Amino acid sequence: MATQHSRSAARIMMAPAVILLLGWMLVPLTMTVLFSFKKYLPLRGGDLGWVGFDNYIRFFSSSAFWPSVQVTLVIVGGVLAITVVFGVLLALLLDQPMWGQGIVRILVIAPFFVMPTVSALVWKNMFMDPVNGLFAHLWKFFGAEPLSWLSEASMQSIILIVSWQWLPFATLILLTAIQSLDSEQLEASEMDGASPLARFIYIILPHLGRAITVVVLIQTIFLLSIFAEIYVTTQGAFGTRTLTYLIFQRVLESQNVGLGSAGGVYAIILANIVAAFLMRIVGKNLDS
Amino acid sequence: MGRITLDKVTKSFGTAQVIPPLDLTIEDGEFTVFVGPSGCGKSTLLRLIAGLEDVSSGQIRIDGEDATMTPPAKRGLSMVFQSYALYPHMSVRKNIAFPMRMAKMPQEEQDRRIEAAAKALNLTDYLERRPGQLSGGQRQRVAIGRAIVREPSAFLFDEPLSNLDAALRVGMRMEISELHKKLATTMIYVTHDQVEAMTMADKIVVLRAGYVEQVGSPLDLYRAPRNLFVAGFIGSPKMNFIEGPEAAKYDAHTIGVRPEHISISADEGPWSGVVGVSEHLGSDTFFHIHDTGLAETITVRADGEVSFHHGDRVHLTPRTDVIHRFDTAGLRINQ
Amino acid sequence: MARSITQRRKAINTAAAWAVGLLIFFPILWTILTSFKTEAQAINDPPLFLFFDWTLENYAVVQERSDYMRFLWNSIIVAGGSTILGIIIAVPAAWSMAFVPSNRTKDILLWMLSTKMLPAVGVLYPIYLIFIRLGLLDSRIGLVVVLMLINLPIIIWMLYTYFKEIPGEILEAARMDGATLKEEILYVLTPMAVPGIASTLLLNIILAWNEAFWTLNLTAAKAAPLTAFIASYSSPEGLFYAKLSAASTMAIAPILILGWFSQKQLVRGLTFGAVK
Repeated sequence: MATQHSRSAARIMMAPAVILLLGWMLVPLTMTVLFSFKKYLPLRGGDLGWVGFDNYIRFFSSSAFWPSVQVTLVIVGGVLAITVVFGVLLALLLDQPMWGQGIVRILVIAPFFVMPTVSALVWKNMFMDPVNGLFAHLWKFFGAEPLSWLSEASMQSIILIVSWQWLPFATLILLTAIQSLDSEQLEASEMDGASPLARFIYIILPHLGRAITVVVLIQTIFLLSIFAEIYVTTQGAFGTRTLTYLIFQRVLESQNVGLGSAGGVYAIILANIVAAFLMRIVGKNLDS
Repeated sequence: MGRITLDKVTKSFGTAQVIPPLDLTIEDGEFTVFVGPSGCGKSTLLRLIAGLEDVSSGQIRIDGEDATMTPPAKRGLSMVFQSYALYPHMSVRKNIAFPMRMAKMPQEEQDRRIEAAAKALNLTDYLERRPGQLSGGQRQRVAIGRAIVREPSAFLFDEPLSNLDAALRVGMRMEISELHKKLATTMIYVTHDQVEAMTMADKIVVLRAGYVEQVGSPLDLYRAPRNLFVAGFIGSPKMNFIEGPEAAKYDAHTIGVRPEHISISADEGPWSGVVGVSEHLGSDTFFHIHDTGLAETITVRADGEVSFHHGDRVHLTPRTDVIHRFDTAGLRINQ
Repeated sequence: MARSITQRRKAINTAAAWAVGLLIFFPILWTILTSFKTEAQAINDPPLFLFFDWTLENYAVVQERSDYMRFLWNSIIVAGGSTILGIIIAVPAAWSMAFVPSNRTKDILLWMLSTKMLPAVGVLYPIYLIFIRLGLLDSRIGLVVVLMLINLPIIIWMLYTYFKEIPGEILEAARMDGATLKEEILYVLTPMAVPGIASTLLLNIILAWNEAFWTLNLTAAKAAPLTAFIASYSSPEGLFYAKLSAASTMAIAPILILGWFSQKQLVRGLTFGAVK
């Protein structure tokens, strides 16, 4: 349905969105790239001139850089693994006939509605506090010594908090996908003598491929830039400084915009590597 | 008025040319059917006329005026889509009113036309319903209602009956023919079903791969197909084609004999073979005869009461006066 | 599957699902319960579950101390405004991509989505500078624009997937019926896409409501929404569990209530239109 007329109309109607996003992407990006080649200390003299690749070298060779990349990837990977695995299991459970399915579904989605600052605060104080937190009570109840979770098991704790926030999303998408599976397919495989496990591996799991892709894509987009959870809990201490947080500290806490911008460019490169990788998979999966 | 002329019209999608240069005139008030196998370009051709696609080159004239660049709404044509394309969120009344509302027609006039259309199409009791609450046939009628209230200069139908079951299809076929007689407006109708083409058309345009194979009245096409493709496409069951020495007897590369032009008997006739499958329709019986030495199978149409069994040896007699002769290029050789 | 499931199996399923559901919901439940306790009861050992002196005092204190209503109002304006603005810009774009696709459509769509991957922190300072220059720092309008931009790709993406489900023939019919492009979108496409638009709207209100990078970094006192309100409880007050819980409950309640009332559209929206 494409006439010349409708094609030019389409171009005009796309224009606002494209121009806005292009501007949103290019203007700040250009500024970041410019700053990254400068010694720029807003509180200590402002723009102190060009310094070439100094910032890049300093940021890259700082002892904080590689750990922060690693922390970022571990958080993203850990949360993805947990939410996908438990999401599939939970979706299979919720797909079974039961009483009060609607209410259970509401209970399961609820964490998605909770803003990150709230969930981080609640987990930090009311669950993970080594004295008054519920975990501490639970540990004591079983005769164990309560941990100071956010300092002694900081990464696990952060991954737990973020997974709790994203599990509902994964579960819901996977549940929707399972429900769209043609029941005749399952019946046919049953007639063919497939055991429940075989049915899961050969019929259900392949059917979920596209949904899992969507979960991974969307969660990665959001997880790469998680901020509030760390800002509120550890402030980047105890080995939880993500690349995002490191840059945030350079820009806002040390007020070293040049250095932070170089870090920003690294972050953008990292995001692009992940994005290119994801887009390839997604593009393929969305063709169907 | 609705005289539509296509002048060297072509259409390409990217590098693929789906319509090679094509000339065609559809006279005012004529019921024209575009027929051909799927992918022959018949729907594209209709959409070019509708203005839903741009022509790549050439000219489309409606009543002598160049409409090549006119947007669909301004061409004064109505279209009935294969899926009916009813607006699901509007009642039947609002669906039918939509084109008039777009044309900002006065309300009284709209109401008058809706009533008239609803009466003509037996929709009066359903005006307040939503399309989702209607049967396939009723939806079809709503789509037609929406098309007629505009009083277009021509109607375009894009395989409108293909989503209906067999019985309804026959009924709707008659209704559309009836409508054409009553309105005497130009209608262009696209179908892949040659029965629809034969029963409804004043003029049939047979298309293959974008090329017009033949244009003519149903009986012209039946009696004098211009080539093997048209001969095979028009008529049901399909015409039998025989090559080789038997064809040579008629000075042709291929001869074609329609199943209804062969008589079958137990003991006499120039051709003979063995009965394979026989299909008993009650009124007629179709025999598929093997081992004739002429072609893979020869299909014969006989009276419903004639009965042979699987494996019986039978003799066939073609009516020599209606044998179609074709040359090596597959073109008809006239008598 | 058309088969009778034994009551026993159904009971086991029910028990398992409810147990998991309650476990996942528990942190929220616990927060809500704690918000009704006194500070002393909130840190009681062993923890009190239901049997304590229910009180509303914490809510009064939080409202008085932090002016909850102002933050709430900011959240509503910012989340609602950015979503509505986003939809106004996204509907035409999604129409174009869904109904007049070209061979670049998919690339554009993926490019748009990839702008979402741009790490916000990488452009924080430039945006900060631009905001100062334009006088938008700590203003609701500035926040509306930024949140609209960060969610625009998702809004377009979702609308695109919903629009794709609408048969093109219906829009062509409208065109044949004499509808202009504006009328086609207004009278035919939009009404047909209402469920999809509603889902998109809801999901994006939630995303904008919970957004906690730009809202924390671009606001101070005037335009700060609830994310900032709650972040202010992170240090000393954080030790007062009951007040922290009351503040948390107040911050998430509007979205929880909205979410529960519109569950059906939301569930559809939560899948970002990507899974049927």
